[in-house]
Amino acid sequence: MHYESSIREPLIIGDKTYHDITVEVARPVETSAPRSWWIVFSISLFAFLWGVGCILYTIGTGIGVWGLNKTVGWAWDITNFVWWVGIGHAGTLISAVLLLFRQKWRMSINRSAEAMTIFSVIQAALFPGIHMGRIWLAYFVFPIPNQFGPLWVNFNSPLLWDVFAISTYFTVSLVFWYTGLIPDFAMLRDRAVRPVQKHIYSILSFGWGGTAKSWQRFEEVSLVLAGLATPLVLSVHTIVSMDFATSVIPGWHTTIFPPYFVAGAIFSGFAMVQTLLIIMRKMFKMEHYITIQHIELMNIIIMVTGSIVGIAYITELFIAWYSGVEYEQYAFLNRATGPYWWAYWSMMTCNVISPQVMWFKKVRTSLIASFVISIIVNIGMWFERFVIIVTSLHRDYLPSSWTMFSPTFVDIGIFIGTIGFFFVLFLLYARTFPVIAQAELKTILKSSSEKYKKLHTKYEHSHSDAH
Amino acid sequence: MSTAIQTHTKTIISAIFDDDDVMLKAVKRVRGKGFYIREAYTPFPVHGLDHAMGLKPTNIGTAAFFYGLLGLSLAIWLTYYTMIHDWPMNIGGKPSFTWGKNMPAFVPVMFELTVFFAAHLMVWTFFIINGLYPGRKPINPDPRTTDDKFMIEIEANGNENDLIELLKNEGAIEINKKEEETNGNHH
Repeated sequence: MHYESSIREPLIIGDKTYHDITVEVARPVETSAPRSWWIVFSISLFAFLWGVGCILYTIGTGIGVWGLNKTVGWAWDITNFVWWVGIGHAGTLISAVLLLFRQKWRMSINRSAEAMTIFSVIQAALFPGIHMGRIWLAYFVFPIPNQFGPLWVNFNSPLLWDVFAISTYFTVSLVFWYTGLIPDFAMLRDRAVRPVQKHIYSILSFGWGGTAKSWQRFEEVSLVLAGLATPLVLSVHTIVSMDFATSVIPGWHTTIFPPYFVAGAIFSGFAMVQTLLIIMRKMFKMEHYITIQHIELMNIIIMVTGSIVGIAYITELFIAWYSGVEYEQYAFLNRATGPYWWAYWSMMTCNVISPQVMWFKKVRTSLIASFVISIIVNIGMWFERFVIIVTSLHRDYLPSSWTMFSPTFVDIGIFIGTIGFFFVLFLLYARTFPVIAQAELKTILKSSSEKYKKLHTKYEHSHSDAH
Repeated sequence: MSTAIQTHTKTIISAIFDDDDVMLKAVKRVRGKGFYIREAYTPFPVHGLDHAMGLKPTNIGTAAFFYGLLGLSLAIWLTYYTMIHDWPMNIGGKPSFTWGKNMPAFVPVMFELTVFFAAHLMVWTFFIINGLYPGRKPINPDPRTTDDKFMIEIEANGNENDLIELLKNEGAIEINKKEEETNGNHH
């Protein structure tokens, strides 16, 4: 009847029934937002609007309002782009890769992780648009037949691959997320008492009724989408890394970038999931579903990917020395001891040292430590992208082209704006969407909840007594 | 060979359960007695239910494979047509003489389009074959079946009392009967 090892800790704490899961997942949607929500929402909205202002100012006046110069043509724009794309990756990792590996603990975190993916890819996708000198011609990146011959795009450019990668990633993540949401929207629809709410969730749930055949297809679709999303998530950050790796710039031209960027993406993405979930479980009283075990397992992934990133840093340094190429050697010497040494050493401290404290069980099961480290990791990963981009550009082949970069308030304002926009979307999501995939969670209630685990042990004991 | 369209009534017995294992056992038992289980509504995927009801496996995964092939072919055609056939330009010294010589640069787009087509067309197929679309009226007859109740609908052909008795013994917490008028083809 039941074969789960007793070594496994319960994933659902307390004496829960199917109905309890329904009620507790629906509660944030069915109750009105507390004052603290409105405060955080207002701050985020303000930051978002400030960002919109900075974006409009850039487009109206020109890219010259940023801190870029003729040598450093990419800085905060692409740093933020890669940072946001990286953050998005954990969502797909949690929903797709952990599904392929049959990790049951993903079920209470995958919905929010996917939401985070969608919202951070939206932020990321802003940057390739607004960093164009002429954004109104952005549609030229698509191979659309036109009256110029027709004139096509150049499929050799990684920036075009980015267009394909990001748009595929965003749309596939969106349908993956939405397909999973349909049964949960149906649950909200069937519970709703207010007519407007019932009507909205009725539209959103597409008439879902949970028939046997539709569940069968649903599971197959989820599995195939997970199988497609796993190589997709690896390919997207690979393609993003090729923006640098396929160049001829010392410090950029490296074959290690594709896996190293992906590892960094998982690292920073899980850190962001951790930041958000530690707050959310507290605010929404979902500690019984997002348990310390979930936090610990995510910390272990942060530790593993952080170590991979650490190995990549060391490999880069070794290869630079081993290569015998003076430009390459100088690029790394410049990172460690040049004018941006502080960025390099902040990156090293945040990314290499901070995840190593997770080896201590006391630390990785502590909420406060996890929260602090998750923020440190995201600061470190922002610096990683900044260091790779700016320190490789500001000093390369010709010393007469050496220069410095410093951001203007517009660079900073747009970044703050995207953080605001992200939280505006996430906060709206948290009050209108079922934040836990309740239909999935119900499938593990009998195998992995505290209540049923106790029942099973009792059953097994009474059985062995009889013998 | 004349085909007359007649209406005739069918008796549908619906039984509600409050536990998935109990329902699954009942499904097996009821089906073993020769009854046809028309539909089951559950709040989450109950593993083994499709097998117990005798549903065929779905082919949607195979469909996705062919959608992926379609995307791959489109990408190969697109890169060949634009880069090699229509405007074979020298861009940064990349070989534009044959598709094969420039192929490595096309791999990312070929990969992305394969995934794009496989994923999206499969999801569209899923919505279409399940009859799901925005604003569709809920398919489930009882709203409790998205919360914690499990409902099965069985067709009874004159032996409804046996069926009701059987369902009661199998632990159904609620049993309802409804007459349904169907347009059947009669010879």
